[in-house]
Amino acid sequence: MKLQRALKLNTLRFSLAAILLAFTPLAAKKATDAAARFKQKLTKPQKVEHALSRLTFGAKPGDAEVVSKMGLNKWVEQQLNPSSIPENPELENKLALMPTLTLSTEQLALQYPTPQILAAIAKGRMNMPEDPAIKEVYQRLSERYKARIEGKTGKGDNPTPQAMADGQRRRVGAMTTEQRSEALKRIAPQQAVAAELTEAKIYRAALSNRQLSEVLADFWFNHFNVFLNKGADKWLTTSYDRDAIRPNVLGHFSDLVKATAQSPAMLFYLDNWTSIAPDAGARIRRVAPKARARGINENYARELMELHTLGVDGGYTQKDVQEVARCFTGWTIEEPNRGAKFRFAERVHDKGEKLVLGVKILAGGGIEDGLKVIEILSTHPATAKFISRKLAQRFVADDPPQTLIDRMAATFTKTNGDIKAVMHTMIQSPEFFSQGAYKAKMKSPLEMVAGALRATGATLTNTLPAAQAIAGMGQPLYRKQEPTGYSNNGEEWLNSAGLLARINFAVALSENKLPGIRIDKDRYAELAKSMGAPEWQRR
Amino acid sequence: MFGIGASPIWLERAMAATSSKKILVALFQRGAADGLNIVVPHAEKAYYASRPSIAIPRPGANEGSTIDLDGFFGLNPNLSALKPIFDAKKLAIVEACGSPDPTRSHFDAQDYMESGTPGIKATRDGWLNRTLGVDPQKSPIRAVSMGPVLARTMRGTEPAVALNSVKDFQVRDKMAGEDYMSRYAASVDTQLKGTGKDTFEAIRLLESLRKVEYVPANGAVYPNGRLSQNLKQIAQLIKADAGLEVAFADLGGWDHHVNEVGATPFIGPLANLLREFGGSLAAFYQDLGPRMDDVVVTTMSEFGRTARQNGNRGTDHGHANVMFAMGGNIAGGKVYGKWPGLEREQLYEGRDLAVTTDYREVLGEIVTHHLGQRDTSRVFPGFSPKAQPGLFGATSATTKRS
Repeated sequence: MKLQRALKLNTLRFSLAAILLAFTPLAAKKATDAAARFKQKLTKPQKVEHALSRLTFGAKPGDAEVVSKMGLNKWVEQQLNPSSIPENPELENKLALMPTLTLSTEQLALQYPTPQILAAIAKGRMNMPEDPAIKEVYQRLSERYKARIEGKTGKGDNPTPQAMADGQRRRVGAMTTEQRSEALKRIAPQQAVAAELTEAKIYRAALSNRQLSEVLADFWFNHFNVFLNKGADKWLTTSYDRDAIRPNVLGHFSDLVKATAQSPAMLFYLDNWTSIAPDAGARIRRVAPKARARGINENYARELMELHTLGVDGGYTQKDVQEVARCFTGWTIEEPNRGAKFRFAERVHDKGEKLVLGVKILAGGGIEDGLKVIEILSTHPATAKFISRKLAQRFVADDPPQTLIDRMAATFTKTNGDIKAVMHTMIQSPEFFSQGAYKAKMKSPLEMVAGALRATGATLTNTLPAAQAIAGMGQPLYRKQEPTGYSNNGEEWLNSAGLLARINFAVALSENKLPGIRIDKDRYAELAKSMGAPEWQRR
Repeated sequence: MFGIGASPIWLERAMAATSSKKILVALFQRGAADGLNIVVPHAEKAYYASRPSIAIPRPGANEGSTIDLDGFFGLNPNLSALKPIFDAKKLAIVEACGSPDPTRSHFDAQDYMESGTPGIKATRDGWLNRTLGVDPQKSPIRAVSMGPVLARTMRGTEPAVALNSVKDFQVRDKMAGEDYMSRYAASVDTQLKGTGKDTFEAIRLLESLRKVEYVPANGAVYPNGRLSQNLKQIAQLIKADAGLEVAFADLGGWDHHVNEVGATPFIGPLANLLREFGGSLAAFYQDLGPRMDDVVVTTMSEFGRTARQNGNRGTDHGHANVMFAMGGNIAGGKVYGKWPGLEREQLYEGRDLAVTTDYREVLGEIVTHHLGQRDTSRVFPGFSPKAQPGLFGATSATTKRS
């Protein structure tokens, strides 16, 4: 059988005994077996293979040899200090093709105009920009905008992505990254922003030399999830990923909380930007009679505790949710549709006294009320456990051993939430390099696809087809609507639609049928095909 | 394993016993739908007092006013497509339903509602899966969860398939398909082996359906949208008589913290969702025609929303909500459940509609009277029904207003 032969090419080895033990049907026996298996050591080659499967998006051909030669510990240290690793120039070239990635949100809104800006220009409330290149785009889009408002155009002329004709969408989808960047900027600028962010994520996962950093960028974005398709988040998410998440993936946890709390993307996604002191409504209505905001919105406060820090069992009450929401009143966004900066609006802040998890926050405070809450939550023991468990679930096993979680949580507390130190504790633990962890995790769709691109050394000129494949497996990138993010439990991905999508991706990859993704068929077609088989689905 | 070319027993059985087969379709409105603006208590003064700018106007001649049902409750005008079904006594509404668990976390509440065990996180399977009897000879598509992931409520010991689209449910390279099938069959990874088996069996069964374009019957027109397309495919599967027993679909986006209702009730995010929701349910009903006698569709959402509007013309996380049940032998045309009232002292924790009917009473009654399982303790372990709403006319319970 062809596939079986192909699997032998695969350097990944499959431990029959391990798998049989992992799926014993009796629950009680399973628990003791599992505990024992987290004590069973890996062989040296297994350790290297395991580290590559967990701390990267998958091994490239030759990676195992490189790591063995360098020494596993040294390699891990490098990955934990990504700035010490020179970045892959090929990746840098790819990213340079996508101008939206480096623009400030203000420039993004200007150069890739939002509907609000186009409307403002059409109504004469805003002037055309002076830069001739940008002006040219504006003129065309404004004309179309006016025509659409006046009902003069048919569906086909509509510049919005939704109305883009099927044929046109297919053509745009098959373009190279470079061609699409140019084309979308002209016909559907907002779509360019979303497309480039999505494409970049796959380029990075497939090509970056700083793999652990990339894996963690995915982990933390998902932990502090925002939904790209919610209104202004279409052009706020680029900065969110770049400025709030990425600089902090191996930093201090409280910095991540603060960066996300003050990011326009999160303020918009969880509505905090509209939350004001209950009595502030009357005050500002006198000044701004049309002000929409008229009270507290507790959405962010709740998710901050439930999902970002303490965890749902972290011991907070509905009263705490309300008190935290009061602390964050006035944390808002300046001009969400035209540049979007964080702003603390003093006069809509609730200045009363608050009590958060038993800690009194004195009356008369301003922005420091919210900062105090971040401090309380980031250093809370429940947070140390919650974050440690979540990391262990992503990196070790669906049901990680409590002993490991406790050790990680102790490091978290001792180091004031130093993520690098917590990762260090986890990777150095016997549980990490154990039979209990080895090949125990089902790959997420992103891990499956990025791993396939890496293992086949695919040449990439367009990663949108890969993004579409990942979406078809159930994980549309940057597009998880709920604040929970995607589950870190691998079982989430075990179902027939997802399995079929994985199989079909493997078939298409092996036959070079994905536009913009090319493998050397002589060397890798069989391996690519084997990626639809059961063995490839675990890491 | 199953042999290629052999006629599987389940296929014969599925073909033989079709008309009597009862089917349950469960729909989840994710994000905590605002039940009070969906089935409007228009005779409640407190409703209008609590929602000065987002209440749906009292029934009347004006466009956008509530469609009266019984003098007390009425439908949001975006659900007008459901009124004829209610009038035909095929649609029942149960008010003030919910979970005994007080959580206002979307994640936990959805988890509890899908597992059918409020407050217990360790439950691994979902209630919908537990409605399936143990019978290895049943159809591979007896349990179908629409979408790219298997819904929590469908997980469990009985095989269930996640289905994105009937049309695309195939391995694109037929030769490779056979190879993969044997790889999965030979796998020592029991989880993947099981999922693989379910998948390849379903692929084979759906093969004939893929070849013809599905045309809804009775002039039914499904509106645009994912829920609508999913209901259409569920209708297709039901009519194919391929052994479907339970189906699940969901519609997200009900978490309306901001600007829930626009300048008129026809504008805004709630209006858009309700038009899809009502329009697709009505199209499904019309499409199935008399076959609807074998099918019950029930709807749920993890919790309701605050009685009062919040500071942003939206609503925050609340407690009780409304459930719909359509088709089968449902004694429709009635709003069931005990209405707890919206005056401040009647509200749960001073802010939310109180739960008077455990959601398991509603689902359990459907499991008993529609699926014919007298004992629901397997489906809802640890729960014994006390006050089922009487959706099948078995009891005389109806809405009691306080």
